[in-house]
Amino acid sequence: MLRVRNWVLPVLTGIAMLAVWSLGFLSHAPNRIVPGQPLPLWAVASPAQAVALAILAVGLLATAFLQSGRKTGLVTGSALFATLLLILAAAATGSVALANPDVPAARTSLGPAFWLILAALALAFVDLAQQAGLSTRARLLLAVVVFAPVVGMAMLGWFDALSLAREYRARSDVFAAALQRHVFLVAATALIAASLGVPLGIWATRHPRFRARLFAVLNIVQTVPSIALFGLMIGPLSSLAEAFPWLRTLGIAGIGTAPALIALVCYALLPLVRNTVTGLDAVPAATIDAALGSGMRPGQILLQVSLPLAFPVILAGLRVVIIQTIGLAVVAALIGAGGFGAFVFQGLGQNALDLVLLGVIPTILLALACDTAFSVLAANGEPQR
Amino acid sequence: MTLRALRPVLLMAALLAGLLVLLPRSALLFHALFPSLDRPLYTRASFLDLTLAHIRLVLGATGAAALVGVSAGIFVTREAGRRLLPLLSATAAIGQTFPPVAVLALTVPVLGYGSGATLVALFVYALLPIIANTVTGLEGVERSTLEAADGMGFTPLRRLLQIELPLAAPVILAGIRTSAIINVGTATVGSTVGALSLGSPIIEGLSGSNTAYVVQGAILVATLALLIDRLFALGSDGTPA
Amino acid sequence: MITLAGVSKLYGGRRVVDRLDLALTDGSFNVIVGPSGCGKSTTLRMMNALIPADEGRITVNGRDVRDGDPAILRRGIGYVIQAGGLFPHWSVFDNIATVPRLLGWPKARVAERVAALLAMVGLQADGLARRRPSELSGGQQQRVGVARALAADPPILLMDEPFGALDPVTRHGLQDELKAIHKATGKTIVLVTHDIEEALKLGERIIMLEEGRIAQDGTPAAIVHRPANARVRDFIGGEEAILKLLAGATVAQVMRPVASEAAGASIAPGATLSAALAHMVASGHRTLDVSEADGRRIGRIGFEDLDPGRPA
Repeated sequence: MLRVRNWVLPVLTGIAMLAVWSLGFLSHAPNRIVPGQPLPLWAVASPAQAVALAILAVGLLATAFLQSGRKTGLVTGSALFATLLLILAAAATGSVALANPDVPAARTSLGPAFWLILAALALAFVDLAQQAGLSTRARLLLAVVVFAPVVGMAMLGWFDALSLAREYRARSDVFAAALQRHVFLVAATALIAASLGVPLGIWATRHPRFRARLFAVLNIVQTVPSIALFGLMIGPLSSLAEAFPWLRTLGIAGIGTAPALIALVCYALLPLVRNTVTGLDAVPAATIDAALGSGMRPGQILLQVSLPLAFPVILAGLRVVIIQTIGLAVVAALIGAGGFGAFVFQGLGQNALDLVLLGVIPTILLALACDTAFSVLAANGEPQR
Repeated sequence: MTLRALRPVLLMAALLAGLLVLLPRSALLFHALFPSLDRPLYTRASFLDLTLAHIRLVLGATGAAALVGVSAGIFVTREAGRRLLPLLSATAAIGQTFPPVAVLALTVPVLGYGSGATLVALFVYALLPIIANTVTGLEGVERSTLEAADGMGFTPLRRLLQIELPLAAPVILAGIRTSAIINVGTATVGSTVGALSLGSPIIEGLSGSNTAYVVQGAILVATLALLIDRLFALGSDGTPA
Repeated sequence: MITLAGVSKLYGGRRVVDRLDLALTDGSFNVIVGPSGCGKSTTLRMMNALIPADEGRITVNGRDVRDGDPAILRRGIGYVIQAGGLFPHWSVFDNIATVPRLLGWPKARVAERVAALLAMVGLQADGLARRRPSELSGGQQQRVGVARALAADPPILLMDEPFGALDPVTRHGLQDELKAIHKATGKTIVLVTHDIEEALKLGERIIMLEEGRIAQDGTPAAIVHRPANARVRDFIGGEEAILKLLAGATVAQVMRPVASEAAGASIAPGATLSAALAHMVASGHRTLDVSEADGRRIGRIGFEDLDPGRPA
């Protein structure tokens, strides 16, 4: 008798099938303003694509009865990968078929069914990686294998007929500038916050009263919503710039980079100071005692013993800061700091949802990439056994 | 509960109430502060209505997320749901790298503009820290404690209610607190997708170069955030998260 | 030579070390022993200026420890603490090389010295030097701790409960090795412990502290035979302390010349006196022959010789 051994993947497949059944895979509109007409997958995909997807769906449902193991994992992974390629291909060929040179204003967007299938696939891949107990390195390899064809297809122009790509092409220069700007905001924040936060943390471990006050202030800052902090920077900074016009030449004004950076750094300080203090507090007292007894000076102990031992924890704080800042920098666009947030809010304002995606997708990818990079760093930092 | 512990909460509540009473009557003050502005006081909606709408958004989304998130956390730590534990933990971890404002922007294509989309976005994002902390809290209960409970004849439900949840409560509460604070901020940004909240004067002020509106919204929302944070501090050991 | 003259330490008005006078001679093995809270650790840590004395004067080789740079002073004094206090992020090699590097020794000399020390503490096995402390057993970690303290060949070794965290078998083994190292190097050793058995086994001189004052100061035999007061007697474990004393000495140390007639039972010269006593009780003889492994008689030992207070 058949026994259900694995129900996660079949459930995900079921959800994806339900989405295909009830929601549009692509959406077609005569211009950018009017809402699009939903088009189901079977209306968009070629017969060959539809049949292949149906077979894959049945196959993925059937994995419920497979004994889990290395071979099953490999087969399932290949099936998921094929599904990914097929839905991308269906979106590409479907959008090309819908394109009409006589109606240049017409738009073809990706529909909710597409995104739900993509989400189900992502969950399935994550589950596969978790069940197989892959190492950080293997996960990284898997991510590269999954992302490579997507990037490749995009570079080959497969998606050029989609409105997302058209929004991109209309702004490729602006996009590059936004990317640069976003990365600059994050990097500058991390750099400034680290050069302030680590010394503050060191100072705090030595002065308990200062420590209590510092944490009280930083906790309040962290609690205040970002947009409020950005807003509150405007008043003081613009009057400062009015009072001392030469400050403007340095870029200091009520809106723009200066208030954004100041607010972002304020937010970044708490995780950095907290982790520096936690890391330094965790250095065993016996280790410090032994270092003193060996004749090390306080500076030598800090640089050679305490900070190296606290480093993994400080690095974890930097990871939090960078992920957090990538998100907050989006909001900073509201006070004219630029970056991907500019696309998001411009798109929301114009009801151009593909423009919103043009801001959101790279932001999420940037955050995921940084998070992965830190995972690799942390894994390499573990002592080899 | 001593008065001393309540003091920060009462202070922030009094501050918020005071602001709500005084701000609508402060036109003269803002005229003096921002002489170049014709209408330096936000009047499109009353500050009280904005505050209540903001609280409704945060409370509704966080409450629902707490209900669903804690249940999900409990389910995946039971025998029946254990298969889902790695998937859910990994998803919660990955999901938390998504910026909250990105989640907000992503709900618009599906649900359109308005408070509804904001509420759903807040709910979805709030799930992640709550699930993550519920799982951490429940998994953090000592094996020996559970074995002792089993040995004394606790039923699984009794064990969950009397041993596991009380021991995990501080960690779970910290997750709900994190979610609530993030939600206060995201609800503010929600005004860009048409939700009525304390973000409305800020966004309108930013787009219309009316710094006075920005200041009024920012002060109120900052006070509200601190009040909510202090309220949660009452439930934990009183220290900031 | 380490001297303490009227040394006190106060914590919150309480004298944890109370006007202590002490002179420790070069090359001696001194054990400071007492119950927890008696001020023994504080006394030790004042010797290398980890804790400043509030009253009195401490000199090491004639120099006041408060004069000059404490870091320089400490580089000339070996320091061993419980569980080794090793730097967890450094290899065994780097840990042992700590003080030579602080002193700016050239690379080759550091490497040579580390190799010699690893051999001395029995850790010369391949690859050990590159391991992290977390990859070593507790006993191995403590050996590295001793090697690190000896790295720059300091004339003085301060040890704070060095074997406290080890299991009994490892502890006894390391105690024997420490005794051998002391014999071979002639260092002045000051060891702090709460374990009277360890004190009686290792110390040439035992300083018993009680509430920051010296309750008794003397050889192990003097302490066991003539405890200064009832509290000292209780601490050392009453009359049974003699058994601990017997466990710390060997037959060879007290045996007499060979007698003409055989005693009927025999024991090895390396056996402890407690083993000899046990053998006498078990065999019913009051006198034993001391015989080498090949059966050659080299001496004899009688019941009345067991008291190690008597010189050999």
